[in-house]
Amino acid sequence: MEVDMTKVKPYGDTMDDGKVQLSFTLPLEASLEASEAAKQLANKMGLEEVSAVEMKDLGEGFSFHVLYGKLKHTVDATKIKVAKVETETMSYYEVNDFIKEKLGRKVTVVGACTGSDAHTVGLDAIMNMKGYAGEYGLERYPEINAFNMGSQVPNSELIEKAVAEDADAILVSQVVTQKDVHIKNLTELVELLEAEDLRDEFLLILGGPRITHELALELGFDAGFGPGTVPPDVASYIVQKLDEEEND
Amino acid sequence: MQEKLNVDQELVDRARQASQDIADGIQIHIDENTTTSVERTVARLFGIDGIDEEEIPLPNVVVDQVFKSDELDKGIAYWIGNAVIETGKSPQEIAEEVAEGNLNLTELKEHDLKEIKDAIEDLAKESVESIADNRRERDELQEETPTGPKPWLYVIVATGNIYEDLKQAKAAAREGADIVAVIRSTAQSLLDYVPYGATTEGFGGTYATQENFRIMREGLDEVGKEEGRYIQLVNYCSGLCMPEIAAMGAFERLDMMLNDSMYGILFRDINMKRTFIDQYFSRMINAHAGVIINTGEDNYLTTADAVEEAHTVLASQFINEELGLRSGLKPEQLGLGHAFEMDPTIEDGFLMEIAQAQMIRQIFPDAPLKYMPPTKYMSGDIFKGHLMDGMFNLASIMTGQGIQLLGMLTEAIHTPFIQDRALAIENAQYVFNNARNLGDEIMFKPDGKIQQRADKVLKETTEMLEDIADEGLMQALEDGMFANISRPKTGGKGADGVIEKGENYYNPFLDLFREGLDI
Repeated sequence: MEVDMTKVKPYGDTMDDGKVQLSFTLPLEASLEASEAAKQLANKMGLEEVSAVEMKDLGEGFSFHVLYGKLKHTVDATKIKVAKVETETMSYYEVNDFIKEKLGRKVTVVGACTGSDAHTVGLDAIMNMKGYAGEYGLERYPEINAFNMGSQVPNSELIEKAVAEDADAILVSQVVTQKDVHIKNLTELVELLEAEDLRDEFLLILGGPRITHELALELGFDAGFGPGTVPPDVASYIVQKLDEEEND
Repeated sequence: MQEKLNVDQELVDRARQASQDIADGIQIHIDENTTTSVERTVARLFGIDGIDEEEIPLPNVVVDQVFKSDELDKGIAYWIGNAVIETGKSPQEIAEEVAEGNLNLTELKEHDLKEIKDAIEDLAKESVESIADNRRERDELQEETPTGPKPWLYVIVATGNIYEDLKQAKAAAREGADIVAVIRSTAQSLLDYVPYGATTEGFGGTYATQENFRIMREGLDEVGKEEGRYIQLVNYCSGLCMPEIAAMGAFERLDMMLNDSMYGILFRDINMKRTFIDQYFSRMINAHAGVIINTGEDNYLTTADAVEEAHTVLASQFINEELGLRSGLKPEQLGLGHAFEMDPTIEDGFLMEIAQAQMIRQIFPDAPLKYMPPTKYMSGDIFKGHLMDGMFNLASIMTGQGIQLLGMLTEAIHTPFIQDRALAIENAQYVFNNARNLGDEIMFKPDGKIQQRADKVLKETTEMLEDIADEGLMQALEDGMFANISRPKTGGKGADGVIEKGENYYNPFLDLFREGLDI
């Protein structure tokens, strides 16, 4: 059966059945009333024919609910526009060759988890020699000088290092995002760079599990990389942007 | 009983010998120096608590005053004792006078050490005894309401608000959690003071304060009584205030402390000497308080590869064991850490996880091993994540782990919601119950993959420890031998808080603990 791109809705086992699964906790003890409350909430979310398939008491007056229902809403997929990184991802070898051929110099990248963030998993996945998911990290790239400053780096120190190393790109990783502390911190970095008239000196790149390209642009970064990013995605973006800047 | 794996005892003996040599090299620095945090801990042990008008904790106020006069090499106990003689007041009253600007400890007439000892040794003994009382109280409570069977189910709460944490902790305990850890606010480890009072604002966690400890203790005791199961409380004895947290935990009867000998150096860039000195005193307090420490080897595997760097985990466990025993901790108090962090796409990766877990179970037979869940390869695919957590639980029950930090299906997304924790508990209970005695039924094939993997890791570990013993632990840390992270010997945070002890250095607690712990 053809999908009507102007009216897309979830799929379970039959086109346009709208099947959705959801789960959440209510601050109500498990009871028939709590289950009914869960159903009514699902109705308000736009679900029809809701079945509450599981309810579990969590103690302290909470209950957990699992529900299925049919979504009545649709979206027009032909009208969707999403900001995304447009560069094409090259392999480890292609990136290094690209640098040699097109840039004719080594590329320098400085990365850090800034502010109070102590979680380096994302930064390490991109930068460390070993890399992530079978892809070498930037430190392994012979044509890239990569400096991983680790966690809890103040914005001012990151900028200092980037200037000292004459970096081409700054990578900022943010993992812990409770209460939006990261937003303030990221904005501060951009403001500091602007205040020192350094903003255009670097490609400013943001990464993290809750980062989107769109959010990165909003915050004044050049690009944002979310979950599932591997080192060559970032490397490819950097070298192609540098090529555009230097050779166009 | 025949062991499931064949562990080469000669290699283990060599690894332990190397660890002793390594610890000897560190002990010199520990014996020669003290730190501002150790001295603040002494102040706390003398009952000094509270904050001044600017919210600076009084232990800091008192120690800073002496530190600024360059007189801390005698030890804060000396100056407090001297002031007790001169003023006739209690340590707390003296601290308040200092905070109000009415008293400078180093300007008082100085008495000789003998006189000072006579004046405050009894106060020190009372403090040590009050901690022993808490330990006895724990023993009694665990007599009435025993802890659950091992592996203990360990969950975290991290809302930032202690009252919200309490709700979640109680719910988790009712669901079946045995241990509740209150995650600290991000960056507390780098504060050179301990915040004061109940707190309701934090980032990624809740501040460790003595009042927060008390609130959580009270709540967990309550739910423990109702459930007929003693619920253990955990916090973080790490960072720049490591020994102070140990003292606060001892006062409020915490049961476990994350307390690693090298974690701060590697992951928080804290100065090496500072860390080694602080860990020694903090572990003595933990030892005396009957606290089980949890070491942090799992963290290595978040930066380094779990397959290739498995030997660094075991090497660090040997070092943590040796340093722990020297601080008076008993093997039963050593929750040596490791983690289920191999890339889930590796063929037979589970076999390697089993090899590691079973090998350390046999090498450290009395330690309640602390097993950490997958984090590095967890993703937004919560369904796969839940399954990975199930495999982790299976590895644990098969190999007799002690402390199971439950994996959350939403690990890669947010600090746990209440239902995430409930699902994690359900997962662990299902697997543990369904495979409870599986481990007893298993012998591993003598030349099989699991045996070979264990042999390889143990051999690499012993070689690594012998290399470290040759060059010294501090050099090894500088060379980046752990977690692929290199730290300079003289660098790092808190280096300025390390003070060479003077000839007349006085700290009555060191001697009292050593005596009580038989070290």
